[in-house]
Amino acid sequence: MGKETKKAGVKTSREKKGDGAGVKWSRRDFLKTVTAAGGSALVATPSKAIAYKKLEGWPNRLGMLTDLAQCVGCRSCERACNEANSLPAPSVPFDAKSVFAEKRRPTASAYTVVNRYENPKDGGEPIYRKVQCNHCNEPACASACPVRAYRKTPEGAVLYNADLCFGCRYCMIACPFYAPAYDYESAFEPRVVKCTMCYERVTKGGVPACAKACPMEAITFGKRKDLVKLARAKIARDPDRYLDQIYGEHTAGGTGWLYIAGAPFGKLDFPTNLPDSPLVEQTKGFLSSVPLVLILWPAVLGLCYSAMNRKGEMHADDDGETRTKGKEDEK
Amino acid sequence: MKEDSVVKTETFPARFMDKLFMGMPLTDYMRNLMTPFNAFAMFVLCVGVPLLVVRFTSGLATVTHASNEYPWGILLGWGLFAGVPLSATGYVMATAVYVFGYTEYHPLVRLGVLTGFMGYLFAVIYLLTDLGRPWRIYYPMAVSYGPTSVLFLVAWHVALYLTVQLLEFSPAILEWLHSKRVRKWAIMITLAMTIAGVMLSTLHQSALGALFLLAPGKLHPLWYSSFIPVFFFISSIYAGCAMVIAVSTIGARFLRERADEQFLGSLDRLTIGLGKCACVVIFVYFTLKIIGVAHDNNWDLLGTPYGYWFLVETCIFVLIPGILYTMGVKKKSAAIVRFASFFAIAGIVLNRLNVSMIAFNWNLPGHLHSLIPPWKEGFLVLTIITFHILLFRWILNRMPVLREDPRYGLHGE
Repeated sequence: MGKETKKAGVKTSREKKGDGAGVKWSRRDFLKTVTAAGGSALVATPSKAIAYKKLEGWPNRLGMLTDLAQCVGCRSCERACNEANSLPAPSVPFDAKSVFAEKRRPTASAYTVVNRYENPKDGGEPIYRKVQCNHCNEPACASACPVRAYRKTPEGAVLYNADLCFGCRYCMIACPFYAPAYDYESAFEPRVVKCTMCYERVTKGGVPACAKACPMEAITFGKRKDLVKLARAKIARDPDRYLDQIYGEHTAGGTGWLYIAGAPFGKLDFPTNLPDSPLVEQTKGFLSSVPLVLILWPAVLGLCYSAMNRKGEMHADDDGETRTKGKEDEK
Repeated sequence: MKEDSVVKTETFPARFMDKLFMGMPLTDYMRNLMTPFNAFAMFVLCVGVPLLVVRFTSGLATVTHASNEYPWGILLGWGLFAGVPLSATGYVMATAVYVFGYTEYHPLVRLGVLTGFMGYLFAVIYLLTDLGRPWRIYYPMAVSYGPTSVLFLVAWHVALYLTVQLLEFSPAILEWLHSKRVRKWAIMITLAMTIAGVMLSTLHQSALGALFLLAPGKLHPLWYSSFIPVFFFISSIYAGCAMVIAVSTIGARFLRERADEQFLGSLDRLTIGLGKCACVVIFVYFTLKIIGVAHDNNWDLLGTPYGYWFLVETCIFVLIPGILYTMGVKKKSAAIVRFASFFAIAGIVLNRLNVSMIAFNWNLPGHLHSLIPPWKEGFLVLTIITFHILLFRWILNRMPVLREDPRYGLHGE
């Protein structure tokens, strides 16, 4: 395309060799086109790194398995999390059941919360669901972050770095599980707050606080691939107790935190309308069109410009004065 | 040489004041400012500026109701998502005139570029108000890159396009300042800047829609479409036409003394011409929206409450302006085209608010109730709108936008 534009420019200059103004006109024309193309090359640089391959994920990444059929809603995990992360004391104590009156979500002062749901099978026995960051295999929050403040560690935790964050909160828009919370109260150091899967403890060989504190062994910590096997075994051993589904095995590309339960996950406020592919796949097509537009547009528009201009010159041949007049106005 | 510079410094303050007060003595200028609109603006700023101060000293929670479920509120819904398509005026007009050679639209180019520049400038101001740590706004450009993010692209493109539009508008500023030589350089880059403007606009107008592709679970399926980048881009084209018509109408009404014969004389004809363009594009957009529903086979959803709302948006706020444009063009009535334009603009705002707020998180309990912003947040938006209008008027009053500076001739040539 660019070549064609160039050719058109050269041709006109040759045609108008006798006419000094004509040569000048087309040369400048050509320079303008070149400048535009140069500008586009400059702009194209930041989008270079969008190429992306299918990720298998870190092979030995760790994860958690929550067995909702096992959970009794004692909120020991909430208390342990609060202590392990030195979070502010809650307004309602950790042994109070009154918090179950409404559905809560993780906030700037609580990485995890437990909610109560009516059991569709058995009205007397409620189901409890622990909510926190799911540490996705390919986290939408991380792909959404324009300053790369998130990273998926080889250990499996998805970590956030407040030193880079400028507070756009697109990660919160992107997260399908409503996990990240924001510290709206702070004027000068607001940050995203979310579960870290007790990264520091884990790297020192420890176990996340919530898993350690659970008296019912409803939370299991281990390698994700082992947890999938464990979940399958549990379901196979007690098919009446569990639905034959592991939530998080494939959802949105798979999550680090897995769940098994005795009731349909949709009834427990788990999002069931998500694709199995990582959410970043949804924007991949758009992002790969970016370099195309950057390269093609200047050439196409340059061609349009040169075509329009040529038309003007062709008319000028019939009516020689028009063009000269235009030139004088311009100067 | 030395004498010259001495003379210059002596007269500089005088010249500066002359520019600032539009050649009037200070007392006259002050008297001129006593208008009902200015009194209203003063009232808004008296309440709004302290609110802005509170937002920056005590945190977002004090003025907005942004929450963990609703991280983006009316500041971005209105200021960024609705503001950016309405600022497509710059690239639409510049492309028409400088690339496609519709030179008869010259009297409207500068107004288009200025509207675009101001729109982007204020979109950034809304963004700065909403960002948790606005002093880090340059981070995506200089500190840490997240190229997998659509927002990274938006950040780069808005920053670059703001610069491009400033350069595109700079001839008007330089004419106002009588800087002949620099103006000549500014004119030389017109075509390059126009093409850069189209590239950047194509990408970030569509990117604003593509931002929501990452949230398939949260945005209602009638609005969540793989075509959303195309919807956003195509609708920005007619939004640009409609905004040029609207702003020129308002300019010709309230700042008539700043406009020249060429502007006022050609306005009706050019309005109808722009209406023709808007008419074609709005029908293209309407058809694409229908194809979008067909593509995802969402026909059954049209019978739900959100479906009715979708029909309100597409039939009342897209189809009817389209029909009005057709009538206006057929009857050669600038008045109908103007009415259609205000209607179409309302439709654009509604669409962007639908995508970013009303159809977003639609499946959360009590969703619609969570949308109503507290008065402080609404007032913050009103304050920024007031600043926008005041600065816009300040520029139109001083720089050759609605008129040509006789010393320089045709705009941008």
